[in-house]
Amino acid sequence: MKVRILVSFKDSVLDPQGQTVKNALHTLGYAAVKDVRQGKVFELDLAGISRAEADRLVPEMAGKVLANPIIEKFTWQIVEE
Amino acid sequence: MIDQRILDTHNLTRGEFDLIVSLIGREPNLTEIGVFSAMWSEHCSYKSSKIYLKGLPTRGRAVVQGPGENAGIIDIGGGKVIVFKIESHNHPSFIEPFQGAATGVGGILRDIFTMGARPIALLDSLRFGPLESPRNRSIMEGVVSGISSYGNSIGVPTVGGEVYFGENYALNPLVNVFCLGLADKDKIFYAKAEGIGNAVLYVGSKTGRDGIHGATMASAEFGKETEHKRPNVQVGDPFKEKLLVEACLEVMDRGVIVGIQDMGAAGLTCSTAEMPAKSGTGLEIDLDLVPQREEGMTPYEILLSESQERMLIVARPDKVAEVREIFSKWDLDAVEIGRVIEGDRMKVRFHGQVVVDVPVSAVVDLCPMYRRPVAEPAPLEPRNVRPVPSPGDLAAVFRKLLGSPTIASKEWVFRQYDHMVQTNTVLLPGADAAVLRIKGTTRALAVSLDGNSLYAQLDPKTGAAIAVAEACRNLACVGARPVGVTNCLNFGSPEKPGVMAQFKAAIDGITEACLAFEIPVTGGNVSFYNDTEGASIYPTPVLGVVGLIEDVGRVVTPGFKGEGDAVVLLGRMTPELGGSEYLKVAHGREDGLPPAINLAGERAVQETCLEAAEAGMLASAHDLSEGGLAVAAAECAFAAPGRLGCRLELEGGIRADALLFGEAQSRILVTVEPALLPALLDLAAKRGVAASRIGTIGGHRIRIAVAGAVPVDLPVEEARTIWSGAIPAYFEAKES
Amino acid sequence: MKFGVVVFPGSNCDADTLYAFREVMGQPAVSLWHKDHDLAGVDCVVLPGGFSYGDYLRSGAIARFSPLMRDVREFADKGGLVLGICNGFQVLLELGLLPGAMLRNKHLKFLCRPVTLRVENDRTRFTRRARKERLLSIPIAHFDGNYYAPPETLREIEDRGQVAFRYVDADGRATPEANVNGSLNNIAGLVNARGNVLGMMPHPERAAERLLGSEDGRVIFESMISTL
Repeated sequence: MKVRILVSFKDSVLDPQGQTVKNALHTLGYAAVKDVRQGKVFELDLAGISRAEADRLVPEMAGKVLANPIIEKFTWQIVEE
Repeated sequence: MIDQRILDTHNLTRGEFDLIVSLIGREPNLTEIGVFSAMWSEHCSYKSSKIYLKGLPTRGRAVVQGPGENAGIIDIGGGKVIVFKIESHNHPSFIEPFQGAATGVGGILRDIFTMGARPIALLDSLRFGPLESPRNRSIMEGVVSGISSYGNSIGVPTVGGEVYFGENYALNPLVNVFCLGLADKDKIFYAKAEGIGNAVLYVGSKTGRDGIHGATMASAEFGKETEHKRPNVQVGDPFKEKLLVEACLEVMDRGVIVGIQDMGAAGLTCSTAEMPAKSGTGLEIDLDLVPQREEGMTPYEILLSESQERMLIVARPDKVAEVREIFSKWDLDAVEIGRVIEGDRMKVRFHGQVVVDVPVSAVVDLCPMYRRPVAEPAPLEPRNVRPVPSPGDLAAVFRKLLGSPTIASKEWVFRQYDHMVQTNTVLLPGADAAVLRIKGTTRALAVSLDGNSLYAQLDPKTGAAIAVAEACRNLACVGARPVGVTNCLNFGSPEKPGVMAQFKAAIDGITEACLAFEIPVTGGNVSFYNDTEGASIYPTPVLGVVGLIEDVGRVVTPGFKGEGDAVVLLGRMTPELGGSEYLKVAHGREDGLPPAINLAGERAVQETCLEAAEAGMLASAHDLSEGGLAVAAAECAFAAPGRLGCRLELEGGIRADALLFGEAQSRILVTVEPALLPALLDLAAKRGVAASRIGTIGGHRIRIAVAGAVPVDLPVEEARTIWSGAIPAYFEAKES
Repeated sequence: MKFGVVVFPGSNCDADTLYAFREVMGQPAVSLWHKDHDLAGVDCVVLPGGFSYGDYLRSGAIARFSPLMRDVREFADKGGLVLGICNGFQVLLELGLLPGAMLRNKHLKFLCRPVTLRVENDRTRFTRRARKERLLSIPIAHFDGNYYAPPETLREIEDRGQVAFRYVDADGRATPEANVNGSLNNIAGLVNARGNVLGMMPHPERAAERLLGSEDGRVIFESMISTL
């Protein structure tokens, strides 16, 4: 099973990298860009576990290791059964 | 069947192919063609340069290891040796600036710790196109962050270097990386594969398809399609390399290995061939045992991959377990992939088949050496044949020079480098030379990298000699005596007779200068094929000179020290403008002849400076280079506490622009307390060195009078703002 | 006082820190291997600078799971003295021994330069030898030193006087310009509520000898030594 976890800064935290990308896009004329948030993507290849176990393990791993809950939030999805 | 197309893609000539057939007694298979192609590439074989490099002076009492090994070694006494080398990573840095520069740092570090030395300092010599172009800015930004990311992470300070800008580097930037290491004399290691039956161990990162044929790429001219070669560029992993440094130094320290070699250019092929070649043995490896990152790799790909952070180790069978244990402590695997065999063959197996079976000597030593056609050197221009008009407003020229990126402060660059880790850095980047104390002693090492390619373009021999002289002069300014030289020779295609003429002349210049300073060349690197779309870069010999300071307490710095100190110019004022930054910036001209250099006179000036430094007489010292006296004086003021300025008075007799901005060689600006002035002048007179007091430290302005007029009179703070703001302005403008 | 400097894979200031304690301060100091479960009877644990695990996930995020970190947490919980420098500070934040987190520097560049710090609290075991408001010149070298804490946490930190050092200008003012990396409230170093754990981004071990440009870092070491 392949799961994809997206980690990004909480809305309350300033994201200087996202700001810089936004400025660059504006400079290039993409005026429609209102905001940019930059994040990290993790793809985990999980073997020998059930869907229910994944539902429990993935948020645990993401909350404990992949994201720092003080500044970051995460979402996840199964991309391949 | 090997056809012309295959030979072309491997940069092998028909003649070279015929030689391979006769050396191995049959037609090689494709994998073997790959092996020969990589090892016989210009990058690995030095086939166009070797006959000239042989002429360099490489002997000296303190030389432990000259050219031919991973790095040169000099004995500095007290049971310690220094290990150092400079290497280019020009082509990869153009294709992918960040990774190209980062892996350049990774490669030179491996060259140093492979020999048993702990790397203690990195320096870089960088050349980019003008910063007005967004593309050049982005290359520079990528290169600087690549160097920063690798060096900072691994914990080796980047303590200095140089950055130049010129149109001729726009499509061919230069990234030359220097590393200095320190080792115990009795713990030096070599790339040996001795002892029949000994195990061959692979350690470090897994092998992937990255960088296949990097060595061949570095040996071919660039065209428009090269930008599509991106997958060729390797990706660096400084964390893995940090583990490798620690683990390798530990196995060496414990004395459990026989020999070690890093896998740099030409990857596994190079170490598998070179280690037995140096020991008169053979080597047998099984590619199925090589740790691989990707599936379905062919023997060709595994052998020629230039994946980074990998080493090959030879160890006695009874020591293998201990080697493994040490690597495992550092979370690294040491995998046995073969053994040392009798005879002289490199035998490679894959899926039970022998896929390479060739004599190591054929691969390593029998590449044909070329005496390429050398053009008659073009007659050198008579000195400044075209008159230089008077620039009028010399104050405006002074400001313009201070803001010229080649002269301006490089703080934007070196702030991104950790230059203090290891807590040895006595002088921060920006001084004449980097100075590193040697812990546990009162001594220090100094390093300077120098090269002025405009000088070398106008007169390759003089330009190269000046590079040596200036590097040594920079050392003299901090109070260090030179002990050894490494060089990075960046040139165009050796297949162009004009380029070979430049190369030959540059070697002559380096040779003469090294003989004059009595310093040995212990190694280096030749980077040919710095041509893009048919145009060659200016010949760019970069010299790295390492020096020794006996008493670290006597290190001299460039900053003015005390109000009232006397400013003394060591050396003579001569009216030279050719090849100067002034001519380029103020008149848009890159012509004339570079300043002349008298090596005996140069050495006398340096000896005077050194003697005064060692006697503790000097308050400050700074060499005169690009921008001449006016810029040198300004730089001393910028480095002074409290924006201390100076009042200088120059006699006339020479045109004012040459007095202020001319780049006549063999000059050092020193300051001393007034009471010590007679002693200093005395010292200079004894060596026949021209020395005259030209002013006094004081105030907060840089004021230079010439024959009654005052062409330069600027507050230090204002001058400093121009100088320190020039390079950041290019990047901030882009960011807003 | 016996110091223990923890070595993680990727630590690169461990040797410098040991040198500063042993050779400069003349104190016994040992290195502690991250895989062990042994604090070797030290009086103070130091987490040194560097790039533990390459800083590949987040700075300090992986080192926090090293076996020895459980012992370090217990040691700190019992009141033991713990100092985290640069990457060590980041590890302490990830470990939760100190509140908050680190973001990338505001200009998105690695920054190596001397900075001026103002001592904010001179009653901690790390600053008791420095008068309050004293200015210290100590170098920084980091990419992720932009301190962040949620507003309520930040208020608590300030109210309890947990801020040990702030980035200030040459005149001692905590201006936005002096705030080199964008840290909230110019925070350069902070202690836990109990006062036995200090994290700081600047490197005091690089400012312990005049030869290297500054001796201002010594006051931190002297303060620590004076508590035993």
